[in-house]
Amino acid sequence: MWEYTDKVQQHFLEPKNVGEIENPSGTGDVGSLACGDALKLTLKIDENDIIVDAKFKTFGCASAIASSSVLTEIIKGMSVDEAAKVTNEDIAEALGGLPKEKMHCSVMGREALEAAIADYRGLVPPMAEGELVCECFGVTDLEILRAVKESNLRSVEEITNFTKAGGGCGKCEDRLRELLKQGSNQILDIPMVKAQPKRMTVLQKIKKIEEVLDLEIRPALRKDGGDIELVDVDGDFVTVSLLGACKSCQKSQTTIKDYVEKKLRELVLESLIVEEEN
Amino acid sequence: MGAANERVVYMDNNATTKVAPEVFEAMKPYFTELYGNPSSMHTFGGAVSESIKKARRQVANLLGTEPEEITFTSCGTESDSTAILSALRTYPDKRHIITTRVEHPAVKSLCENLEMVTGNKYRVTRLKVDSEGLLDLEEYRAALSEDTAIVSVMWANNETGVVYPVEEMARMAKKRDILFHTDAVQAVGKVPINLGELDIDFLSLSGHKLHAPKGVGVLYTRKGTFFVPFLTGGHQEHGRRGGTENVSSIIGLGRACELAAEKMEEENVRVKALRDKLEQGLLKSIPSSMRNGHETNRLPNTANISFEFVEGEAILLHMNRYNICASSGSACTSGSLEPSHVLRAMGVPFTAAHGSIRFSLSVYNTEEEVDFVLEKMPAIIASLREMSPFWEKKG
Repeated sequence: MWEYTDKVQQHFLEPKNVGEIENPSGTGDVGSLACGDALKLTLKIDENDIIVDAKFKTFGCASAIASSSVLTEIIKGMSVDEAAKVTNEDIAEALGGLPKEKMHCSVMGREALEAAIADYRGLVPPMAEGELVCECFGVTDLEILRAVKESNLRSVEEITNFTKAGGGCGKCEDRLRELLKQGSNQILDIPMVKAQPKRMTVLQKIKKIEEVLDLEIRPALRKDGGDIELVDVDGDFVTVSLLGACKSCQKSQTTIKDYVEKKLRELVLESLIVEEEN
Repeated sequence: MGAANERVVYMDNNATTKVAPEVFEAMKPYFTELYGNPSSMHTFGGAVSESIKKARRQVANLLGTEPEEITFTSCGTESDSTAILSALRTYPDKRHIITTRVEHPAVKSLCENLEMVTGNKYRVTRLKVDSEGLLDLEEYRAALSEDTAIVSVMWANNETGVVYPVEEMARMAKKRDILFHTDAVQAVGKVPINLGELDIDFLSLSGHKLHAPKGVGVLYTRKGTFFVPFLTGGHQEHGRRGGTENVSSIIGLGRACELAAEKMEEENVRVKALRDKLEQGLLKSIPSSMRNGHETNRLPNTANISFEFVEGEAILLHMNRYNICASSGSACTSGSLEPSHVLRAMGVPFTAAHGSIRFSLSVYNTEEEVDFVLEKMPAIIASLREMSPFWEKKG
């Protein structure tokens, strides 16, 4: 038996806003009978772009029904722009969490919302584009990449839990592994740009270290009447000499390791080791 | 989830059954009084050994066979693995297994694993079923080959209750000198079995499906069949299964087999009538509902019914409010994303497979309970259809 929260049970047993709005401002129709869940979301949006009413019809399990119900509650009263920012995590959170195998129900909610907003704005829903990866459940690479990035997915199993992709015949498993790598690499790229770990020449290293000493470290040390000088750079070993008040300070070792080394590692190169000249 | 009525209406007996009070009584002394090890030399342990012998006779009587052909195991799954792996080890040159597309995971997954870990050194033929769940014996005949090490076909299907012609299939295998195994976990106690007259070499059964406790099973191995143990260790079970006996459960299973023989008729008359009343009542009162599985070629206790355009888990959780227990072939109940492999093999459309509910009765069910379920189900299905985007299109 699934461990459903009280919120899920409440929204499943007594769902809010069941039905269909007549002449809706926007309609989102996602999922299918074959997939085992489907959601039709209809919105009524006023002239100020405010969602004044939202109704749903859902075919699916308890968490699919609860996700749909709570979604309508979340977005009612929101502006369309605000609603466009609602994520599947917001839906799951509003339900007090969902079992991990059921996360795809919250994703279905977000997709229906996106489709309804796109319909209102006269656009094509973004996720409908892209290359079809999972034929069993009709999931595209864009949907998968987005789930990997937004929900920080780290395994093929998690992709299946969130998007259903790979939950059928399993033929797309290799492609999912590629997308997982692709999606998660893009996240890892960000700190990589900062730290520039790739091959730096000694000259580049010295230049960068001098720059950080000048802009970051010296101003701080000078406040306490001290200073610092770069003595040598040999591979990852950086030799410095503390001057002024720092020289006689008993905490000089702490200054070097906890401050100077930390700063240089953060801003120049992760592997640097900073030592004081004897 | 909170239930509206205190009493549990248990219609999930193909999942597991209640331990019969008589069985529990028979087991009790073996926990704190007669706790000796049946392998011990002393009289205290020896007495327990005598009780196990009696249980073995009770099981043999129900199956129409000899006590020495009965090996106690821990569950149906262990019995299935033991039988199939024993056959493969006995005939290492034979690399073909015949089974069906509707087997229980105990056999299905084992075959898949055998293909996978051996890099498809083993070839598995999975016999098709038709829309009523029945096999084609001509396809079976054609599949039997010199290379076939063993055939494994369930006696009755756990989801639909459909009964397979294992007597005839075993005869066909015997003519070709091929070993025949049947997973009879759902059939024992519900259909008469007389192994002494049949060509079946291995049969698996599970205690907790016939009112014995969980954690005990049986593998029948026909006298004269080559046997390689699965669990090695001590000399227990005539060297066929190492490990100290699960004494109290074995005693319980013996008593349960005795009771099953006594209640077989009730099962096939009274329980069947209850099942039929339930099934016909549901099909009549709920539109767009249908039976899955052959109408007559079926266990007397099982009704598998699809309610189109609604999803099984949602149905079960609404039933749960009334403390009505059943199962579903829907994907959402299992954690997988695909509906039951049994219903898919039968070609049941997705509209129906996702909304399938299995009711499985036992001798402990009453007519009041059936009436209660018949009273509650129409509103449950109607309320879910109310919110289904497909129902309207259909209507």
